[in-house]
Amino acid sequence: MNTFKELFMKCVFLAAACTSVLAVALICIFLFANGIPAIKEIGIFDFILGRTWRPSNDVYGIFPMILGSIYVTAGAILLGVPIGLLTAVFMARFCPKLIYKPLKAATELLAGIPSIVYGFFGLVVLVPFVRENFDGNGSSIFTASVLLGIMILPTIIGVSESAIRTVPEQYYEGALALGATHERSIFWVVLPAAKSGVIAGVVLGIGRAIGETMAVMMVAGNQARMPAGLFKGVRTMTTNIVMEMGYAAGLHREALIATAVVLFVFILIINLSVSILNRRNLNGGS
Amino acid sequence: MEEARREINAINTVKVRDKVKAYFRNPVSFILFLLVMAAAILTFVVLMFLVGYILTKGIPHLTPSLFEFKYTTENVSLMPALINTIVMTIFSLLIAAPLGIFSAIFLVEYAKRGNKFVSLIRITAETLAGIPSIVYGLFGMLFFVTALHWGYSILAGAFTLAIMILPLIMRTTEEALKAVPDSFREGSFGLGAGKLRTVFVIVLPTAVPGILAGVILGIGRIVGETAALIYTAGTVADIPQNLMGSGRTLAVHMYALSSEGLYMNQAYATAVILLIIVVVINTLSGFIAKKIAAR
Repeated sequence: MNTFKELFMKCVFLAAACTSVLAVALICIFLFANGIPAIKEIGIFDFILGRTWRPSNDVYGIFPMILGSIYVTAGAILLGVPIGLLTAVFMARFCPKLIYKPLKAATELLAGIPSIVYGFFGLVVLVPFVRENFDGNGSSIFTASVLLGIMILPTIIGVSESAIRTVPEQYYEGALALGATHERSIFWVVLPAAKSGVIAGVVLGIGRAIGETMAVMMVAGNQARMPAGLFKGVRTMTTNIVMEMGYAAGLHREALIATAVVLFVFILIINLSVSILNRRNLNGGS
Repeated sequence: MEEARREINAINTVKVRDKVKAYFRNPVSFILFLLVMAAAILTFVVLMFLVGYILTKGIPHLTPSLFEFKYTTENVSLMPALINTIVMTIFSLLIAAPLGIFSAIFLVEYAKRGNKFVSLIRITAETLAGIPSIVYGLFGMLFFVTALHWGYSILAGAFTLAIMILPLIMRTTEEALKAVPDSFREGSFGLGAGKLRTVFVIVLPTAVPGILAGVILGIGRIVGETAALIYTAGTVADIPQNLMGSGRTLAVHMYALSSEGLYMNQAYATAVILLIIVVVINTLSGFIAKKIAAR
């Protein structure tokens, strides 16, 4: 009886462990089964490289959205990585003990704020600010990049800080002993040693930025045409899906699901590079 | 003794004047120092501004009428959304917590090291953790809403969110289980307990704070989620009669208010409530983390 119970529960645990495999399988099956036929019908090159998205005329090219996602993400990385990395250096190496705790709590708060609140903040503060101080109507690549740059800060800070902290103390002390200043030791010795951890953080940030939907939708303007400039509106892959899914039908609907397939492939590539980087970290090489 | 300590302290503390001299000799270091300070200050000023702005604009609009049980267009009450959020959280956790905890138990206590199947589970969990919420939303719409004919419902939303937070709970539970010393297990086996009894009576209770921390993180994600819910749980502004009814959570409510553009003040107020929930969640998890560290 007892051995039966042991075996039964072992099977229950095993079954539970299978759910994540099952979930990934289901997500793949449902996305690909609904998206691939549309890509076939439109033609893979017309779909991915097509420069016009006009569902009313059955023209589905998502190249503007792919570019939009890449531009906005690149902008966010350009703004978020230097600031996040320097803040991480501050948290790990410059911060007085007394203010460390409140600052850590603040970065955690930054990580916990829902994206819809960020989006709302962008809508009521950033968009009017950009409208008044720069070209255009405020909803633009630039605005979205700034907002996303803020949103990926906690990821970059958190991962970079722990990467900096895992660098052996002797590296820093050795550099000091050779006569380097505190700053030089950190930037020329400690930071290069933490490189792969920092890069993993950056890649995670890219993943967050590409996948972000609501916040970008509220500040990016969402015009489905080729991005025309830093202060012009843009539409990303995620916002394309969420904006039109409500009323789409037929091929239009399938084209949107196909957009998610492309997004999913992007994310898979990013996840793969993160896990490769992490594996290299564990092996201790750089 | 006392003197020696004072001497060590004197060596370790750098006088401000020496510091300034060092910077004078080494301007690059000074620039780096300024950059680090500027970045840190910028980060926290942005955060302060964001939170401060939302609070000052939102708190005056937290009127009692916002907490009435009925949503009408004259009074866009956030109470139904708040209740939906709580219901959604409970049901997502009811699904995700046992699954996540059980899978972690399997991975840590039962699976053999280097098993191919274990690495498959790890890879899929990592994949799940990285999928954007809009893709979850689409999948939920295709699978739960359409294929299973659940329609836009709290249930479809809860299942979608459960898959979303599954890797989070799995991960933290795994860490918590691994942190339980092996001597506990050996002691239990030594006293003649079976594997199952060891897991449930010895290992799990010891790991509770770690598991709880994961669950709280999960709550945070559920409360903040919007994109995955719009096309699974829908955006109906009332409390549904049962789990098969459609209802909006607070985050979706806020999205609806701000995209309509008519009720900006109420959107500010909703943002305040969301921020308060985030702060409470962070404080709770910090409190639990302190408890773990104290042991």
